[in-house]
Amino acid sequence: MHEIYKFVSGPLVWLAFIIFVGGSLYRLISMAILAKKKDGLVYEYFSLKYAFRSIYHWLIPFCSRNSQQHPWLTLVTFAFHVSLIFTPLFLLAHIILIKESWDISWWFLPEGMADFLTIVVIAGCVFLGIRRIVRPEVRYLTNTSDFIILALVGLPFITGFWSFHQWPGSTFMGILHIFSGEVLLVMIPFTRLSHMIFFPFTRGYIGSEFGAVRNVKDW
Amino acid sequence: MAESAEKMKTSKIIDKGIEEGAANLSSKKIEKVIHDVLQNETGARLKTYVETCIHCGLCSDACHFYLSHDKDPRYSPAGKVKQTIWKILKAKGKVDADFIKKACEIAFTECNLCRRCAMYCPFGIDVSYLISIVRRICFKLGVVPQYIADTAHSHASTLNQMWVKDDEWIDTLFWQEEEAADEIPNLRIPVEKQGADIFYSVIGPEPKFRSQLIYQAAVIMNTAGVNWTMPATPGWDNSDMCMYIGENEMMGRLKKAYFDTAMRLKVKRIVMGECGHAFRSIYDQGNRWLGWKMPPIPVIHAIEFYYELLKEGKIRVAKKYEKGVTFHDPCNIVRGRGLHEMARYVTKAFTREFIEMHPNREHNYCCCAGGGVINCGPPFKKKRVEGDRIKAEQLFAAKSRGAETIIAPCHNCHGGLEDIVHHYGLGMEIKFLGDIIYECMEKPESMGE
Repeated sequence: MHEIYKFVSGPLVWLAFIIFVGGSLYRLISMAILAKKKDGLVYEYFSLKYAFRSIYHWLIPFCSRNSQQHPWLTLVTFAFHVSLIFTPLFLLAHIILIKESWDISWWFLPEGMADFLTIVVIAGCVFLGIRRIVRPEVRYLTNTSDFIILALVGLPFITGFWSFHQWPGSTFMGILHIFSGEVLLVMIPFTRLSHMIFFPFTRGYIGSEFGAVRNVKDW
Repeated sequence: MAESAEKMKTSKIIDKGIEEGAANLSSKKIEKVIHDVLQNETGARLKTYVETCIHCGLCSDACHFYLSHDKDPRYSPAGKVKQTIWKILKAKGKVDADFIKKACEIAFTECNLCRRCAMYCPFGIDVSYLISIVRRICFKLGVVPQYIADTAHSHASTLNQMWVKDDEWIDTLFWQEEEAADEIPNLRIPVEKQGADIFYSVIGPEPKFRSQLIYQAAVIMNTAGVNWTMPATPGWDNSDMCMYIGENEMMGRLKKAYFDTAMRLKVKRIVMGECGHAFRSIYDQGNRWLGWKMPPIPVIHAIEFYYELLKEGKIRVAKKYEKGVTFHDPCNIVRGRGLHEMARYVTKAFTREFIEMHPNREHNYCCCAGGGVINCGPPFKKKRVEGDRIKAEQLFAAKSRGAETIIAPCHNCHGGLEDIVHHYGLGMEIKFLGDIIYECMEKPESMGE
């Protein structure tokens, strides 16, 4: 067990981060080159001012008409995404590991808060999964990969919560936690989780078209 | 589980253009055409849009077809994309003629390319662009609804939408000049005037069916003392069904003839009549095909022109239109140009009682006629009107608060709303903004009184 732990918490971490960062850069750069070659107008019409205007209005909850029309979903998705990104970055256990390795550290979440945000992510996954089943318009678009993606996101949080609270089998759960986190990172650039890296560009482009060319809001 | 919900939607509508086009297809031809279009004409946008869509369904409520069909997911924007371009990509172009028929019907008659869903997708995915790719594939396969294909043929043969012959066009202008001169003796429709400030352009249906609009425009121009002209040659029509069937090459030819005409006349600006799709064609799509980032000569829509005339005091209000009015925001000049506030300024100036319909401005529901859907003709009329029940509900709500007249500054919207008003028995009247201005403005002879 110890050997496996050493492996997943050592070389695999490096590998996961290299693939995540490298893969994301690869996706962005290759898409930028493809756009230059085939969709030159994206560059022509892209306007930083209107791109930011659009991104801003879609990053603030209840700013767009659509987010006002679905208040519960808006609450859940914003809480879900914020917790998803915030928790791993400011988790004490993660910061301790980094401190031990590189002797750097930063502000961390109080324990109860971290627990709460973790539950938000897990509950968010459950909510979004159920929504995929019960809402006809979402069910129609859903395929198996959508559930796999939700599971990929939920797993590091479930296992992390489990091992932190020292529930039975916490050593195994700890290893699974690290491993599933690594899988998640690796999958981001190569699955629809890449909406994380492409959001600013799709949003920015349509924001530019609506703002700079068509003189109208896009939210 | 997704599969069980996905019943194949089989259409009962028989369209000759679709049927006969599909009869000529082989799986080899389909695969080759799809491959060519995807390889040569699409790139990062298609790839990103398809891979970024997280299947959240949040675009659904944007679509009038979806809302009008009791939220049937097959009519949601992403639902239509799923049934067409996703399948094409997944099958790598290996689809059969029946699939192309179904995709053609969806792309041409169940989406107005109104871009409302682009405002509801959290990622700003432009579904109208994706549906346009499907139309382009159908066009290159020769599978296009007959009526709109015929209209595109008219564009190709005559450079106008309605098979108007060169002499008929000039004759119509002279005829309207004569008619209007009965009302305003010195009125002129200056044809081929070099160096005029404004080239006034209309769409094919104006000389064909609605020549009184040319009359009214002439009265407004003469009253305002505008230095304007209209060409005597092809290139006068700014409408464009080629844009909507995916015949981009012909769209380019049309726009080139159009801008060339404006340059030949050495005008400073182009003002166009109250049409939406034509504005999209000259301001947004046709110019791009020709490599002009923005139109080579400034083009403004009638709404903006009326607004200018009113602000500068060149037209004045003689009386207020008596009936309660509501304003229908056309997609191509509101989501396409942001003219909603100017339109309201002019409307309110000329009317006594203004009643907003809800939602309004950039969030207004589509008329269901635009995007070439009404041009697909009688076979699809029932489907089109039933596909916009939500519009009837929206209009009825405005009527119940006192709106008797709908102002719709777009030809397609007019046609669509007329059918909706008739089908649902709404009993409302539809007017162009120019109709109201013509009726209520100060005219030269009344100024002389």
